[in-house]
Amino acid sequence: MPLYHNEDQAMLKDSVAPFVAEQAPVSHLRKLRDTADATGFSRDLWAQFTDMGLPGMLVPEAHGGLGMGHMEAGIVLEEIGRNLTPSPFLSTGVGAVAALAKAGGTQAERWLPAIASGEAIIALAIDEGAKHRPDRIATSATRSGNGFRLDGKKSFVLHGHVADMSIVAAKTDGGITLFAVPKDAKGVTVDPRRLVDSSLASHVTLDGVELDADAVIGEVDAGGDILDALLAATRTGAAAEMVGVGQGAMDMTVTYLKERKQFGKLIGEFQGLQHRAAHLYGEMEVARATVMKAQELLDQGSEGARLMVSVAKAKAGRAANLAVREGVQMHGGIGMTDEYDIGLYMKRDRALAEYMGDVHYHIDQVARMNGY
Amino acid sequence: MSELDAFRTEVREWLEANCPAEMREPIRDEDDVCWGGRNFKFKNAAQKQWLDACVSKGYTVPDWPKPYGGAGLTPEQTKVFKQEMKRIHARSPLDSFGIWMLGPALLQFGTEEQKVEYLNPIARGEIRWCQGYSEPGSGSDLVSLQTFGEDKGDHWVVNGSKIWTSYADKADWIFCLVRTDKANKYQGITFMLFDMASKGVTTKPILLISGNSPFCETFFDDVEVPKTQFIGEINRGWDVAKYLLGHEREMISGGGAGGDMVSIGGAFAKAFGKNAAGELDDPILRAEMAAFDVDVFAYRAMGERFMDMWKTGRAHPASSNMMKYVGTELNKRRHELVMSGGGSEALEWDSAETKGGARARGWLRTKANSIEGGTSEVMLNVIAKRILDLPGA
Repeated sequence: MPLYHNEDQAMLKDSVAPFVAEQAPVSHLRKLRDTADATGFSRDLWAQFTDMGLPGMLVPEAHGGLGMGHMEAGIVLEEIGRNLTPSPFLSTGVGAVAALAKAGGTQAERWLPAIASGEAIIALAIDEGAKHRPDRIATSATRSGNGFRLDGKKSFVLHGHVADMSIVAAKTDGGITLFAVPKDAKGVTVDPRRLVDSSLASHVTLDGVELDADAVIGEVDAGGDILDALLAATRTGAAAEMVGVGQGAMDMTVTYLKERKQFGKLIGEFQGLQHRAAHLYGEMEVARATVMKAQELLDQGSEGARLMVSVAKAKAGRAANLAVREGVQMHGGIGMTDEYDIGLYMKRDRALAEYMGDVHYHIDQVARMNGY
Repeated sequence: MSELDAFRTEVREWLEANCPAEMREPIRDEDDVCWGGRNFKFKNAAQKQWLDACVSKGYTVPDWPKPYGGAGLTPEQTKVFKQEMKRIHARSPLDSFGIWMLGPALLQFGTEEQKVEYLNPIARGEIRWCQGYSEPGSGSDLVSLQTFGEDKGDHWVVNGSKIWTSYADKADWIFCLVRTDKANKYQGITFMLFDMASKGVTTKPILLISGNSPFCETFFDDVEVPKTQFIGEINRGWDVAKYLLGHEREMISGGGAGGDMVSIGGAFAKAFGKNAAGELDDPILRAEMAAFDVDVFAYRAMGERFMDMWKTGRAHPASSNMMKYVGTELNKRRHELVMSGGGSEALEWDSAETKGGARARGWLRTKANSIEGGTSEVMLNVIAKRILDLPGA
C-alpha cells in the first residue's frame, strides 16, 4: 500500500475534518472546562459521532461495525487532536475494540455491538503508577467460587468514572488476564481527577471485586496477546492524535508569524524564526509518515508493527512536543495567556505524551527490540 | 494472483538467476561501486556480469521508458522491483549522476532526439557524467555563477571554472550551468552538455579533511561547445537546474547520505558487551543510540511516503528540500555516534583493522552532507519560503 490516503480515505477525511472543526472546535473544550463538566466530554457530540458511524469504525462488520482499519481511525484521531476535542473515541473506539476483537468470545459479542451503536463507553485500566509499566502489573485476580476476585489499584483511567465497562488487566497464576468489569461491580471505587488538559482520569481501586468466569476477555492467563493488541492500537491512536495536536499548534504558530509585527517587521521575516519553523515542519512531516507506517503495518497484521508502533509513539511525542513548545515561545507573551488557545495545545500534548508510554519508554522499547 | 504479484514473482526469479552472489554483499569500498563510463575498470567479472544482465532488461533505470534504455515499469512495479532488490541485498548495478540527475532532467526537458542520444548510453553505463554547477565564491548561491559562454554563431566559447565537481577527473561528459546573458541573473543561464575531452577542459582534485578527493576544481579555457548541446531553452537553464536539484536532494537524502537505515545500537551491542539486563553496557550512549534509532526508523517511513507521493505527483515540489535537510542532519548524527561507539579504535587513520581509518574518514565525509547540494540553512530558507509561505523569506 502506498503511504498516502487513497480515495476512500481522502473522502473520509473530507467529511470528518469539517465535522469536527464545526461541532467541536477548541471553544467546545473551553466550554466543558469552564463549566467544570463532570462527564469530561459531550454526550450530544458522542451521539453525532455515532450518527457518522465513528465509534464502530474498527468494529468488525459481523458485530455491527464498519470493519475499517487503523489508517482510517487515525484520520479521525488527527482531527480530534487538531481541535482538542474531548471524546472517548480513543479508549472506546480504538483500544477497547482492538482488545475485544482480538479476544472474541462472549465479551466481544456483548460489547462490540454496543460500542458500534454508541451505547457503551469503555475505559482501559492498565497503568498502576505514575508511569506506564504494563510489564509490572500487580493487580491480582484469584480464583474464587465460579469466577475471580480482583484486588489492586489502577491509575490514569480515562473516562473511568463514566465508563459502562472497564477493561482491567490483572495477574493470574499463569500470566496476564483481561477482565470486563461492569460499571456497577461491587468493590470498585472510582476517584476521578481533573488533569492539566481538563480531561478526567480516574484512580480506580479494586477491593475484592467478585466477577463471574465469563468476565474474562479471551482466555485465562492468555491475556498478554490481547493486551498487546490493545496497547498497539491505543499507542498508535495516541500518536495520530498527537500529530493532530502538533499540526494544529504549528498551523496556529505559522499563521501568527505572518501577522504579528515587531521592530517594524512581520516576525515571520526573521530568519531565526523561519529556520525554527522550517525545522519543525520537517519533524512534523516525519512524525506523520511514521504514524501512517505504524497504522499500515497494524492493518496488515505485520510482525514489524510492534517496532513501528513504539517508533511512532516516540517520534510523534517528540515532534508534537516541539510544536507546542515552539508555539508558546513564538507567540511570546500572548502564548502564556489562558485566553489564547496555544497553551491548551501544550497541555493536551503533555497528557497524550504520557498516555500508554512516554517518549523515553518507547525509545527504550526500540532499543530492546533491536537487541540492546 | 494480481498482476503486481505476478510481476514480483517474475522479478524474484530473474534476480535469483542473474544476480551473482558477490553482488549481494554489502558495499565495502569505493571500488565496489560500479560507475561505468569509458575508462571504468570493473573490479571483477561479477560486477560486469551484473551490469550487463541489468542493462539487457532495462533494470539499471527500471522506471525509464523502454526506448531510452529503461524497463518502462510503473511506479508500483518500480517499488516492487526495489523491494525485491533490497530483499536479497543486491547491489546497485550502476551508480551514476546520469541516472540520478541528468536523466530525469532530460526526460522532462529534452527533445526526442536528445533523449534517444543521451539516455541510452546512461542506461548502459557507457558515459559517466559529472555536474558543473558550483563555482568558486558562489557556494549555495548558484545563480551568482560567472562561467560565461560567448555566442559564436554555431557554437559557444566557454570560459570560467567550476568547483566541487564530484569525480570530474573520472567523468566523460559534463552537464553544466553557463551564463549566456550577463544582464539577467536568472534568465541568463543555459544548461549545456559537453565532452570532458574537449580542448581547454582541465581538472584538479581537491583534498578534503577526510583525506580523500571525490571533488575537483574544473577549468574551462576557450572550450568550444556546439550550439546543439543544450537542454531546455537557451537562457532558461535555471528551470532545468531547479528541477534537477530536486532529484539531487532526493538522492542525497534517500540513498547516499541517508546511510543504511539499520539500528545503530544493534550494530554496537557486540563491541560494548551487555550488562546483566541484556542492555548495552553504557546507559547514556545506549539512550542516545536508541533515540537515534527512533529517528532513523521514522525517517525510513518518511522516505517511503516521500517516494510514494513524489512518484505520483502528490508531493510538494519543495519537499525534497525537507528530505535533504532531515536526512543529512540525521546522517551526520549517525557518524558522530559511530565515532563514539568505536572509541579509540575509530580514531585510527591508517590501520589495516580499520580498513585505513574508514570510520574516521566516513565521519569526516558526512560533514559535507549539509553543505553539498545546498546547505541545511538554504534548505530551511526554501521550506520557510515555498512551503510555509513565510514573509520576506
